[in-house]
Amino acid sequence: MTTDDTTDAAAAGAAGRDDILRMQGITKTFPGVNALADVDLTVRRGEIHAICGENGAGKSTLMKVLSGVYPHGSYDGEILFDGEPCRFSGIRDSEERGIVIIHQELALCPQLSIAENIFLGNERGAPGFLGRGLVDWNRTNHEAGRLLERVGLPENPVTPIADLGVGKQQLVEIAKALSKRVRLLILDEPTAALNDADSAHLLELMRGLRDDGITCVIISHKLNEVLAIADTVSVLRDGRMIETLDPSGGGVTEDRIISGMVGRDLEHRFPPREPEIGAEVLRIEDWTVHSPAQRDRAVVSGAALSLRRGEIVGLAGLMGAGRTELAMSVFGRSYGVDISGRVYKDGEPVRLRNVRDAIRHRIAYATEDRKRYGLNLIQDIKRNVSAARLGKLARAGWVNEYDEYRVAEEFRGGMNIKAPSVSAVAGQLSGGNQQKVVLSKWIFTDPDVLILDEPTRGIDVGAKYEIYTIINRLAAEGRAILLISSELPELLGMCDRIYTMAAGRITGEVPRAEATQERLMSFMTMGREQAG
Amino acid sequence: MSRTAPAETGAASPAAAPGAAPAGRPRLTVNVRQSGIYIAFALIVVLFAVLTGGDLLQPQNISNIIVQNSYILILAIGMILIIISGHIDLSVGSLVGVTGAIAAWLMVSHHVAWPVALLLTLVAGAAIGAWQGYWTAFFGIPSFIVTLAGMLLFRALTMTVLGNQGLGPFPDQVRTLSNGFTSGYFGNVGLGPLGGADLFSLLVGIVAVAGLAVSRWRTRTTRLGYGQTVDPVPVFLLKIVAAGALIMAVTVQLARFHNLPWVLVLLAVLVLAYSLLTGRSVFGRHVYAVGGNLQAAVLSGVRAKSVVFWLFVNMGVLSALAGIIFAGRLNQAGPTAGNTFELDAIAAAFIGGAAVQGGVGKVVGAITGGLIMGVINNGMSLMGAPSERVMLVKGLVLLAAVAFDVWTKRRSGSPLLR
Repeated sequence: MTTDDTTDAAAAGAAGRDDILRMQGITKTFPGVNALADVDLTVRRGEIHAICGENGAGKSTLMKVLSGVYPHGSYDGEILFDGEPCRFSGIRDSEERGIVIIHQELALCPQLSIAENIFLGNERGAPGFLGRGLVDWNRTNHEAGRLLERVGLPENPVTPIADLGVGKQQLVEIAKALSKRVRLLILDEPTAALNDADSAHLLELMRGLRDDGITCVIISHKLNEVLAIADTVSVLRDGRMIETLDPSGGGVTEDRIISGMVGRDLEHRFPPREPEIGAEVLRIEDWTVHSPAQRDRAVVSGAALSLRRGEIVGLAGLMGAGRTELAMSVFGRSYGVDISGRVYKDGEPVRLRNVRDAIRHRIAYATEDRKRYGLNLIQDIKRNVSAARLGKLARAGWVNEYDEYRVAEEFRGGMNIKAPSVSAVAGQLSGGNQQKVVLSKWIFTDPDVLILDEPTRGIDVGAKYEIYTIINRLAAEGRAILLISSELPELLGMCDRIYTMAAGRITGEVPRAEATQERLMSFMTMGREQAG
Repeated sequence: MSRTAPAETGAASPAAAPGAAPAGRPRLTVNVRQSGIYIAFALIVVLFAVLTGGDLLQPQNISNIIVQNSYILILAIGMILIIISGHIDLSVGSLVGVTGAIAAWLMVSHHVAWPVALLLTLVAGAAIGAWQGYWTAFFGIPSFIVTLAGMLLFRALTMTVLGNQGLGPFPDQVRTLSNGFTSGYFGNVGLGPLGGADLFSLLVGIVAVAGLAVSRWRTRTTRLGYGQTVDPVPVFLLKIVAAGALIMAVTVQLARFHNLPWVLVLLAVLVLAYSLLTGRSVFGRHVYAVGGNLQAAVLSGVRAKSVVFWLFVNMGVLSALAGIIFAGRLNQAGPTAGNTFELDAIAAAFIGGAAVQGGVGKVVGAITGGLIMGVINNGMSLMGAPSERVMLVKGLVLLAAVAFDVWTKRRSGSPLLR
């Protein structure tokens, strides 16, 4: 299917199809970034329409424009819903028309019950004049129960949200949307945090909603799911609508979608590298960590791994496998309780009681959640870069700010951090540049072992390539890299060796030559049957 | 957002950022936000100078404003640090009361020599701070609760020590520290139409201006050496001349009235020391890091708990200092001494540009915030306004200052206020 076909199809559709939504010429700019450029999107009534694209391609921005998160006037272009132009000034306006968005980060109040969450901001009042300001709990719980039935969630409506798993919370979000008489349901990465069974249930539910006449727009990275469920696939890249595909004919494959998303050959996504592997630098044995929330639950049990100088080692695993927990507990016990096991650095047993110990032993951990754990967003680049090793720039407790400036400038140049100066505030940088600041901060500590937790999450393709180049350079300098990633192609493209984790255990160790996605996936799902 | 870092002032200047076209506008906003407080202060001074027919700027009145507000300003220095770290201290008013009572108990009831008594009082302040710091930092109770409890506890302790009545008088040396002036070591000089003035005070003022000029110049040359951007020469000179003129104007007025008040000397030393601490020391950096993003700070190896603990110890010591000065000024320790001082200190910090979420603030800002309230107090009382109207105006100023802060942040698209 070519772009020409697409144009024809769009033209034909405009003539005869029943479109529920037409977005035309949507352009949205942020300071310094063109997030959306002249994007057209047409959604047929009663279809499931998937939007694919790399992180940063503009999918979420487009949906935020549609749902009024970005109000009318903050973007250019036109939105026609049911043929009528829409000028939403907020999310309430779009919900009034029946457009409901479920965000990737679920917006539920954990302490409130299912029923309270479903009718939050939309409370069921008691009948009569006085009832307007009072909640009718019987009606609330009764109606919530009916909605839960509809989404296939067999829970009591008075159960607090905190007692539910992520998959069930997702269903509560959908029930909440249904309570608002939704006509166009937008789901942003609905299955990203779900296991396979929950994902399957959710997809089945979406088909059911479609049969009930609800139009769905789904944003997803899981292309197998997209192909399984979508009637139409639109591909965004760098803020532009690249193409619209119709998978019903069977000619659309995952690779076909990926090439649209990436816009270049898959082969060249990773920079070349000649590994030079040296002596063992870090070994972990019999490492067990318990959850601080449930002290009797081991989130990591009996894990063992070893890293050598100049080596890039991958750590694969599904959500909840315990990868971050393993990494953070090794990094100065910054996660977990009742930690046991042994750590050897350069062959010597070491005790890493806190983060300072870890940094002193030249171990660094760059977090998966840079905004929450990695950066001081209200401070500038130079103070973030120096934060983990300020002592190196200080004498007798006083910081030499000229050296700090010089060091930060060196990193800005060397890491290609795009900012006018190192006095730019970290919170105003793009995701890729923020990640480079986090990496600079840890490189400044001169680590032998660098644990990188999802270093390319939420970063555009170009910046990813730069990050990969930096990782290769660090390995070439003789540092050991432990690369935690949920993207298997990334691990296959970067690593010399890959460990897999499942249910808190190391389930496999695969050298680069023998690694395939299928093989890794089978190790990654190993413990699940036993555990669940 | 910037603090006393040398790189900041230059980079934030619009004229100095030719290569920074996309960031030009936000920077200007940051600049307005930083200097807004000083402009507001200048406007308020001019306003009241006009409204009081010039009485506000009379030599004796300037001296009064400084002496009357000294203890609030000292508290504001400690408070801004606590607020930058993301905490709050509601107990400082009671701490002023209890440390004043301890000082009186030592000096008046037990005739302990005054230097020893002062030292012991400061140690008592540190101990009280350690108590609150322990519960906040290590036990993990929110500082709001800990210090709310402290507000009651230490007020109760004050009343217990004093038995519900004032205790005094204090030795002369303590009263001199609170109320007194440096003596005229070099006699007077004539200033033409302005009359006689204390030479020593004038010399101190001249030395201060010279010191300021030299240190700014050295910063500038070092920065140029590192290839950083700096203000163009006219802007640089203008800033120094303006600051120097302000210092000299205040000094001349003070020299005409009496000499320099001792508390002004003390305050100058404290402001200088704490500005250096917040801007240049590792500890100061850690305070901003803890307030800006606690988790990120901990994961960067900052001992966050210990930082918070020492901030409360510091607050205790400064409260004790304020307690001594306040008691010395009234020449007795009273059971209600320091009531509502915590509110003035907190207001000074927020008017001075501290952020409610923590991570932002400057010592000089808090001092300016305290002076804004002091000038409003003083100016309105010169005009004969009743105290309820003064309170009304101060409340509105506090609200306006924080509203301005929130507004500028929203406009500059801060990630925290999306």
